[in-house]
Amino acid sequence: MKKTSMLDLLVLVIRRDLVLAMRRRADVLTTLIFFVMVVSLFPLGVGPEMAMLRKMAAGVLWVAALLSSMLSLGRLFSADYLDGTLEQMMLAPQSLSMLVLGKMVAHWMVSGLPLVLMAPVLGLQFDMSVEALGVLIIGLLLGTPILSMLGAIGAALTLGLRGGGVLLSLLVLPLCIPVLIFGTGAVEAISSGLDIASHMAFLGALLVLALVFTPWVTAQALRISME
Amino acid sequence: MAINWFKYSAPTTFYGLAGKLIPWFAVSAAILFAVGLYIGFYVAPMDAVQGEFYRIIFIHVPASILSMFLYLVMAGYAALGLIFKTRLSSMMATAIAPTGALFAFISLWTGALWGKPMWGAWWMWDARLTSELILLFLYLGFIALHASIDDPRRADRAAALLAIVGSVNVPIIYFSVKWWNTLHQGSTIKFTGTSMHIAMQQAMFTMLAACWLYAIAVVLARVRSIILERERNTTWIAELPEVKS
Repeated sequence: MKKTSMLDLLVLVIRRDLVLAMRRRADVLTTLIFFVMVVSLFPLGVGPEMAMLRKMAAGVLWVAALLSSMLSLGRLFSADYLDGTLEQMMLAPQSLSMLVLGKMVAHWMVSGLPLVLMAPVLGLQFDMSVEALGVLIIGLLLGTPILSMLGAIGAALTLGLRGGGVLLSLLVLPLCIPVLIFGTGAVEAISSGLDIASHMAFLGALLVLALVFTPWVTAQALRISME
Repeated sequence: MAINWFKYSAPTTFYGLAGKLIPWFAVSAAILFAVGLYIGFYVAPMDAVQGEFYRIIFIHVPASILSMFLYLVMAGYAALGLIFKTRLSSMMATAIAPTGALFAFISLWTGALWGKPMWGAWWMWDARLTSELILLFLYLGFIALHASIDDPRRADRAAALLAIVGSVNVPIIYFSVKWWNTLHQGSTIKFTGTSMHIAMQQAMFTMLAACWLYAIAVVLARVRSIILERERNTTWIAELPEVKS
């Protein structure tokens, strides 16, 4: 039997999760619709003045992205947990961290990437300038994977618990604050003519840190939850 | 003579030790609170800039220091429990969490009371205030996660992992919040190297020591109840005089 390399394994898990997600498109769409709805509610709540909307656009889009990524986190491990797949994954000779990383990437592609693609359209509703939109997209591209990865820790810790969804948000949201700050800070910087390199560098650094540590921590959390 | 350092790491022996220590810590905390409050209210002079309002720092500053420090202590115990699987360490972490959350809350509350006369607002999105609020959220997350898992061993380990992740994240959150705030505006009031009156220092340090002793006493009392609850089916609990009667 051919020995599967780490990369093959990663691709395998990602492909499997994507196929599963595509078989249940409704789940993917709900997250996206939730994102669009939350963002559209803000102008109704605070009034239609363009100057104010332009100013708060980045914050609204980021907070909405944060909330909608929480929404889909509950499903990250629960289906595999219920049908026993997760147990088999833990028994597999390959590294659990790698499998977890694959699931994180797939989760981001299903629930993070659509938000990133949708964000410019919603940004236009808020009359954001083209540069600001560009910065917002880059920030979201760097930031949403971090949300998926931090969220995976919470999803693993709350696996199979009563009221796991709300608890998950309670655990994960405080940890996501730095991402929110740098993501919105970058847009604010470009709007006031400042350099965005430092914000992006911080987001990139957070992404790298998350990429290194969160799969391992999540794997540990899964082991605790599955005992 | 070799001392067995690990003797008191077992709940059986620690239960008795904690019971003996609690009165000492409690009484000395009460005395220090009284002394600290006396110095704070009667001896310490009025502040030139802030008038009488500044006196709230005698509880505000110790509460803030303890809320941050207790999180680290809690994460430390949680990590010990996770790594060495010592039951008592996890129980200590669980016992510390409510006290830490309480201090974080007191710190926010007194901060708001101080902010109203000084800044003219109950709440400012100041870097320190915001990080303290996030710290409170982290405590609440720890307590909520622990409370919602029925199996105590799994609860201990899951909450421990969360505490460790949180403690890694705390500096990142602190600096990002600080940076976020300085981007917007500088803080309204700055204390730059004002030399504190000696009586103010005395009051503050006495109150800090009092808060420490209070925290230790309360945590020990709480850990005793946790031990009783978790080990209720063992024979040594059944043989305790207070349980027998």
